[in-house]
Amino acid sequence: KDGLRSQVSAALKEGRVTPTELCQRCLALIRSTKFLNAYITVAEETALKQAEESEERYKRGQALGILDGIPIAVKDNFNTAGIETTCASNMLKGYISPYNATVVQKLLDQGAVLLGKTNLDEFAMGSGSTDGIFGPVRNPWSYSQQYKEKSVPKSHSEDKESNWVITGGSSGGSAAAVSSFTCFAALGSDTGGSTRNPAAHCGVVGLKPTYGLISRHGLIPLVNSMDVPGILTRCVDDAAVLLGSLAGHDPKDSTTIQDDFKPFELPNLTDVSKLSIGIPKEYHAPGLSSEILALWSKAADLFKNAGAKVVEVSLPHTRYSIVCYHVLCTAEVASNMARFDGLEYGHRSDMKDSTESMYAATRREGFNDVVRGRILSGNYFLLKQNYEKYFVKAQKVRRLIANDFVKVFRSGVDILLTPTTLSDAAPYTEFIQEDNRTRSAQDDILTQAANMAGLPAINVPTALSERGLPVGLQFIGRSFQEKQLLTVAKWFEKQVQFPVIQLEEVKRHDNDVFQHQKSASIS
Amino acid sequence: QKVSVEVLEHLEHLALVDFRDAEGVERLQKAIQFADQLHGVNTEGVEPMDSVLEDRWCLYLREDDVTEGNCTKELLENAREKVEEYFVAPPGNIPLPKLEERETFLQGS
Repeated sequence: KDGLRSQVSAALKEGRVTPTELCQRCLALIRSTKFLNAYITVAEETALKQAEESEERYKRGQALGILDGIPIAVKDNFNTAGIETTCASNMLKGYISPYNATVVQKLLDQGAVLLGKTNLDEFAMGSGSTDGIFGPVRNPWSYSQQYKEKSVPKSHSEDKESNWVITGGSSGGSAAAVSSFTCFAALGSDTGGSTRNPAAHCGVVGLKPTYGLISRHGLIPLVNSMDVPGILTRCVDDAAVLLGSLAGHDPKDSTTIQDDFKPFELPNLTDVSKLSIGIPKEYHAPGLSSEILALWSKAADLFKNAGAKVVEVSLPHTRYSIVCYHVLCTAEVASNMARFDGLEYGHRSDMKDSTESMYAATRREGFNDVVRGRILSGNYFLLKQNYEKYFVKAQKVRRLIANDFVKVFRSGVDILLTPTTLSDAAPYTEFIQEDNRTRSAQDDILTQAANMAGLPAINVPTALSERGLPVGLQFIGRSFQEKQLLTVAKWFEKQVQFPVIQLEEVKRHDNDVFQHQKSASIS
Repeated sequence: QKVSVEVLEHLEHLALVDFRDAEGVERLQKAIQFADQLHGVNTEGVEPMDSVLEDRWCLYLREDDVTEGNCTKELLENAREKVEEYFVAPPGNIPLPKLEERETFLQGS
């Protein structure tokens, strides 16, 4: 399966479809799937202009590359010049970025068409994409034939409106946008699992690259030592294409490594006998659904039966990663959110009595409870009397967590296979019954450690649950070994043949350029 | 043990963010309780980790050359209050009102 490279890009080159047609179709689909609330801003005019420019290039036979003319969406915590960047917060409502984030610039330089900015939890804090000022994002699978067939309405009055499930988060808008075919790829961000979690719930590929591989310049920071831009696509090959256009040293981000990055095409792996897959036993976490446990086991068997070496391994400090994250994250957040004071950009309170009272009022008005809560907790852990006890302690535990992975990879394991989420997507009404921090602590458990250690990790959609919703599995690789990670992920993707979402709205806009999967599934 | 009102007030001051209500204070209490689990980990002889890239020495210093700038106009665009090329702030060096005079939930504590 090779979406962008062999299907869409080929179609554009051969003139079977034009960039403007592609753009129009995506914009129309965005309009008809508005109820998903995946987009905060749709940049219709600029997108069409970019599409027209792309079309000119194709006419002259001067396409910039595979991404030329390809509609993409970007999470609303990336700066986009001339386009509002809100982070789904009142603090940045109306903020028009004066510059493009490096990753956005790279995509535009390759001719990609920027359709718009996607919805998220406020300042990317959350695991549901439910806590932003523009409201929650709805998982497109809520409206799929597959989900409807499996859901039994409890009463006559209960309609599909109350039954919808969350996308997961915090890059829920991006995941929903890719899942519902409104774009071919989207950028998310990943600090504790924010790209992989919604990818799993929305049935798309979600890649978290190695920390230091892709520039964070222009990505409004949450946790500087863990944030990475994330890539969401409908197949692993597409993720490799995006990675190829985004990775590499950026002088504007001194945390990007200086090594040369060579974009790669993924080989079609047929022989996995030289592969060693590690199954970390601690990822059999409390609360893991029996369904996902079974799927994980089935996947391990798949590798075993194909000749790979599959071994159980141990990452003993896994259970501390959430607590460690909690302290480090809130501490870095407290620092990063200090820039929002109303003076240079963003919301500014009318309070005029003093600088400090203006700052306090601005932040009181601009941030939601979740953000304010994290700032206060972070400041607590950074107090002189607490610094050693909490912040430095957490940094030490971080090293232990990172070392666990080093030991396992050194023992000969190439790739780790784990679940991505504890269960399939929860109904919104159920999800909001617990507060944001509790939910994040529960949901991040399987994804967070990869951020602690800075390792690359990818969610691959695997099968549908009994409720007809997507379930994904996660592969974690060695630092900067994305090629190996994606090669294995691609092999797995081919084996499981995850089904295409059956959505009314997409069928109406149907065109064989959008459909490129067979309908067979693993379960 | 519960966090004292002095510390809560100090935090509001440092963070310039307020505990809007009892829930806000409770949220902090729970966060601290949660973080206390860290003390169960033995970190004897373990160095704190600042960055996962520590082995690569990539946090370099570059030459002090001006490579970009001259974008005053763009930078001022997003500010609400400005005069010529200045961001305008209310008067500084005025401390936040004392607990009793402030509009904060902590007043009732």
